[in-house]
Amino acid sequence: MGQEKLIRHRIMPVTVIVIAIIAIWYVGAYFMNAPFQRDLDRRANVTSTVIEFLEKTMSQPKPTLPAPHQVAANVFENTFLRKVTSNRSLVYHAWVTLSSTAVGFSLGTILGILIAVGIVHVKALDRSLMPWIIASQMVPILAIAPMVIVVLGAINITGLLPKALISTYLSFFPVAVGMVKGLRSPELIQLDLMRTYNASTAQTFWKLRVPASVPFLFTSMKVAIAASLVGAIVGELPTGAVAGIGSKLLAGAYYSQTIDIWAALIAGSVLAALLVTIVALAGRLVDRAMGARPSGRPA
Amino acid sequence: MSNLMRPWQSLLALALSLLALATLPLLMPQAPLAFSLMLMFSIFVLTIGAALVSLLPLPALFLSVMLFVCAHFSTGLMIARLAGNEGAASPAFFLVLAANWLLAWRCVSLLCEIRVRSKMADNLLRLVIPAIFGAWILILWEALTRGLGIPFIILPPPSAIGARLVASVPTLWADVQQTVFKAVIFGYVVGCAAGFAVAILADRIAFFRRGLLPVANLMSALPIIGVAPIMVMWFGFDWQSKAAVVIVMTFFPMLVNTIAGLEAAGSMERDLMRSYASDYWQTLTKLRLPAAMPFIFNALKINSTLALIGAIVAEFFGTPIVGMGFRISTEIGRMNVDMVWAEIAVAALVGSVFYGVVALGERATTFWHPSNRSR
Repeated sequence: MGQEKLIRHRIMPVTVIVIAIIAIWYVGAYFMNAPFQRDLDRRANVTSTVIEFLEKTMSQPKPTLPAPHQVAANVFENTFLRKVTSNRSLVYHAWVTLSSTAVGFSLGTILGILIAVGIVHVKALDRSLMPWIIASQMVPILAIAPMVIVVLGAINITGLLPKALISTYLSFFPVAVGMVKGLRSPELIQLDLMRTYNASTAQTFWKLRVPASVPFLFTSMKVAIAASLVGAIVGELPTGAVAGIGSKLLAGAYYSQTIDIWAALIAGSVLAALLVTIVALAGRLVDRAMGARPSGRPA
Repeated sequence: MSNLMRPWQSLLALALSLLALATLPLLMPQAPLAFSLMLMFSIFVLTIGAALVSLLPLPALFLSVMLFVCAHFSTGLMIARLAGNEGAASPAFFLVLAANWLLAWRCVSLLCEIRVRSKMADNLLRLVIPAIFGAWILILWEALTRGLGIPFIILPPPSAIGARLVASVPTLWADVQQTVFKAVIFGYVVGCAAGFAVAILADRIAFFRRGLLPVANLMSALPIIGVAPIMVMWFGFDWQSKAAVVIVMTFFPMLVNTIAGLEAAGSMERDLMRSYASDYWQTLTKLRLPAAMPFIFNALKINSTLALIGAIVAEFFGTPIVGMGFRISTEIGRMNVDMVWAEIAVAALVGSVFYGVVALGERATTFWHPSNRSR
């Protein structure tokens, strides 16, 4: 792709869409905040010009829909100007959420890989466990999150582990399903070749199945890390708002601090985007280290 | 070599039940009601007998049926005797249980080996094998929670959950009506329709698509569930706010998948349509939408789960006094764990039915697709 084409086909359209979203956001902020502001003005007996009124709708302390610059200011203030250890710092809350996401994601990935290896090698496991793994995808697993937290809290297991367990639960499904697909992705002709080499099951596994499954692993890990972040955030909801992005959302909802809610949402989104990017980059590095051709990746 | 290896479950089961015989009784001495000699005798006869018979070279079907009946009958006798003896099971009890579990495993592996010709029998096997696995999860859960006397608060046995489920059907039904019939279905239909419509629009305008696709891809990886408190603030405590969360959650998967699906038709087919002088809408409805159906149904399936999750989690942020999420969060506060589990069982059931309906629709619409034909 030439540089000019890149600008014309990627950067320009995305920029236009992002600008359009921000513009719609501003218009929405005006219309959603206007009734309340009109009410305020009438009570205070103030008549303001159109420009003044516009400015006031964009600077309410607890607006119905905060304007983008209010959210941006809040994010900036709570990210860069506060001490990282402060209770109000978004970095602190993001770190709390990130740590349980990371622990849960690692456990979930390991568990998913182990289950996939079992399913590929033991036929009874394949036919009895696989339908349940697929069925469990239809179950709203997040609904048990509050119970896991409260029940484990009742036997004095609190803090990072219960949240990480929810993340584990959410992230092992995509990895297990993706790895089963990946470990089975070598074609019959390749398996036959291994057979002509008189390769043992273990050799076939390490030399053929594992390398073939790596692209599938990273694809499903991208899904899994996004899911474990959601798990960690929802897991923070019932803990009585101690720390983390989820508790920040809940506290914002209790005290109608809408700007705080939006800032927490932005922080969660940045975290999600970062995590997915890191996994994608790691996948590309591993791919390159293994000498894969760039086209050999599933979507 | 493999023939000698195969019945290792049976051998191990035999060893475990003999070990159990050596470490009798099945219940701790302080248990109020002991196993009668007759009952103990029949349990051991069933388990040891099944293990011994399964070592013989008999037809697989006969062996698996025999193992199925004996192992489960023996387990049933053991669990039935637990009533009144909660928490008083001895190591021997669990040894026999483990032996029965191994026999069930052997039964499943035998069933996997059976080659059947008729399609009906194959479908039956497809159902029976996972059903045995699921049943054993419940059996182990029941036997462990009651045998070890695990506190009710931490993990209630499935029988108690079932009893609670049956006893509170009206409450659960009201919750399902509030959460599913009002919030989820409305939000799901509107969200999917909106995603589809925007995808068609993006397909018509290339500039719009190029700009929207990266943004939508990013959005579908974000924890969108976080908008729940905002929606509750905007649309109130009733089902409208939950429907709004569901709309936002289902919109992006539908958009991304439909755009991908509309690219799926090959250039040969498109050229053919062109040579027929068909216009944009004809090509869309006759070629590209049918080709996109597997992708669209993929999104519909993903969304069926997301919609339920979105509605339940949104209810954690405020509801009227009915709804599945409300029930879960309040009953857990009152430590009525069995009610929470009952609600989760209902949610699982609703989720499976929802998914099943979508899957049936997929079978009916994309019967031509290779992934459906090969079955």
